[in-house]
Amino acid sequence: MDFATLITLLDSTVRLATPLLLACLAGLFSERAGVFDIGLEGKMLAAAFASAATAAVTGSVWLGLCAGIGASLALAAVHGVASITFRGNQLISGVAINFLASGLTVLLGQNWFGLGGRTPTLEGAARFSEVRLPFADALSGVPVLGTVYADLISGHTILVYVALALVPASAWLLYRTRFGLRLRAVGENPAAVDTAGVSVVGIRFAAVAIAGVLCGLAGAYLATGLAAGFGREMTAGKGFIALAALIFAKWRPWYALSACLLFGLLEAVAIRYQNIDLGLIVIPVQLTQALPYILTVVILAGFVGKAIPPRAGGEPYVKER
Amino acid sequence: MEKMPRWADVLLVPLISLLIAFAISALVILAIGEDPVNAMTVMVTGALGSTYGWGYTLYYATNFMFTGLAVSVAFHASLFNIGGEGQATLGGLGVALVCLFIPWPHWSLALAAAILASAMFGAIWAAIPAWLQAKRGSHIVITTIMFNFIAAALLNYLLVNVLRPKGSMDPATARFPEATNLPALSEMLGAVGIPFAKSTPANISLLIAMICCVLVWGLLWHTRLGYQLRAFGKSEKAAVYAGINPVRITVLAMVISGGLAGMMAINTVQGEANRLLLNSVEGAGFIGIAVALMGRSHPLGVFLAAILFGFLYQGGAELALWTSIPRELITVIQALVILFTGALEYMVRRPVENLFLMLRKGR
Repeated sequence: MDFATLITLLDSTVRLATPLLLACLAGLFSERAGVFDIGLEGKMLAAAFASAATAAVTGSVWLGLCAGIGASLALAAVHGVASITFRGNQLISGVAINFLASGLTVLLGQNWFGLGGRTPTLEGAARFSEVRLPFADALSGVPVLGTVYADLISGHTILVYVALALVPASAWLLYRTRFGLRLRAVGENPAAVDTAGVSVVGIRFAAVAIAGVLCGLAGAYLATGLAAGFGREMTAGKGFIALAALIFAKWRPWYALSACLLFGLLEAVAIRYQNIDLGLIVIPVQLTQALPYILTVVILAGFVGKAIPPRAGGEPYVKER
Repeated sequence: MEKMPRWADVLLVPLISLLIAFAISALVILAIGEDPVNAMTVMVTGALGSTYGWGYTLYYATNFMFTGLAVSVAFHASLFNIGGEGQATLGGLGVALVCLFIPWPHWSLALAAAILASAMFGAIWAAIPAWLQAKRGSHIVITTIMFNFIAAALLNYLLVNVLRPKGSMDPATARFPEATNLPALSEMLGAVGIPFAKSTPANISLLIAMICCVLVWGLLWHTRLGYQLRAFGKSEKAAVYAGINPVRITVLAMVISGGLAGMMAINTVQGEANRLLLNSVEGAGFIGIAVALMGRSHPLGVFLAAILFGFLYQGGAELALWTSIPRELITVIQALVILFTGALEYMVRRPVENLFLMLRKGR
């Protein structure tokens, strides 16, 4: 593999890892606050549709982004009401949200645009354009480092940089602020937080809302950054890979970045190479595709490093009377 | 004192949830500029107005009985088996291997072998997550989700690289030999003199599914294992104190659950397609969750809820054919049913409970 191919491969790794990273951070906030979220997929899908549809109609990608975040927040609100207010089963609520998004996006898409669930192809200002970082063109002549800067680090859409910046931001928010401490405490021992006079319900709703915004960004990036429009079921399991990455990362922000980059790399390799011929054995593309899931099962089983979820995860909090 | 009579608990609450789901769906239909009453008429006539419609309704219902029972059995042990999709995929593989590579003299023998193979393959696919949960503490919901994707990748690999006949571009196996074809419902009813539309996919698997409903009922409420399973589901601590082995119950519950999900394949793979296709499960594994919630995890409830969802599926296909409402409306209804009977159950239940408490005070 020559240097140029490697750069292309890593470049698409970054692109493919971005929606995973945003969704993974969304799951991180929600689950750290003790609310399981298997509805990441559905929220992303709804956001992808809403952003592409709005961008197609208005011609503005920023309005699209707002609509995407709005759609995702609406589903997050359903999840919050079901699992926090009415103390329903968080997993079942997540399943319902996934189906709701999967059905509604095609139903509305077909009704509005009549393209079999697709939105019209987005062009110009209706898409996020690539950002050329300063001096990228000037430095592209420099061997190795210049190429890395111009072709790998520069030239992504703004949401890629936002996603990367959100990693230290999340780490800071979770580990260095009062809100972060309370959020993590709510996920471990809600009764203690309640005793301290802090609203468990409030913190959990805040966490679920943050997850909604982040899933909105992820979906908007999918439809208006990575692709040029919405296609039915376009998330194609990315929400579940993000969930896998979250476990792989043991519910920590910096680990989430590396897990998402790893899963993004696997996806990039699967797209570019199909079956990999190693001479003696051929690795089928299906194995590369299934590897994130297999790795997650292995990690969860604790054969290689144990992943321990937040202790109060999945349990609705009932205040003592 | 019970807050409300039993009939309200098992009938009224699910029905109210269903009504809310339908009402919201009607609003969705109105919002896209269609007529909900007309839509309902199309669905009812299309799915229930002819024996042809019934044939498809019952065909879908057969799938949902198997997957609904699968989810129910796991629910009773307070396990959430979200992996019906993967287990049914593996079940299909079992059916295909048995039908393709063994020359069967008669369909009844082929059916018996296919039942065994599909149940075994599905059971194994469920047993691994169960064992991992019981022994290694990995959450069964996450592992079964992951196993769905792994099953899809595995089947994709096998169909593309191993089982696909030479010269064929389709990722599917060859057609099964004629001798393995199952008798259609129309032939069976025809034999006893009831006319029924030919060329519907409903077949003898419907009977097997109904027998499974009875067997699961017997298992849950009339055997020692069923008692242990329910006790474990009510309180793990109490069950362990009573000498019930948690690892054994977790694995057995999931093995039964996975076996039932896997058996769905005799209906789709052997009964309908006569070959193994890439996506023969078509989401039935997930619909099992809605069916189990709607049927309150009771085999009779599952049976009725499966027919309801069979009706919705066939009705949805008719809608897409005769109106401009896409089939995906059914996915929305399904989501709303899961939401209101599952996650928002408390919201529906509490006003009903309060109503009954008020009535009792009034007396």
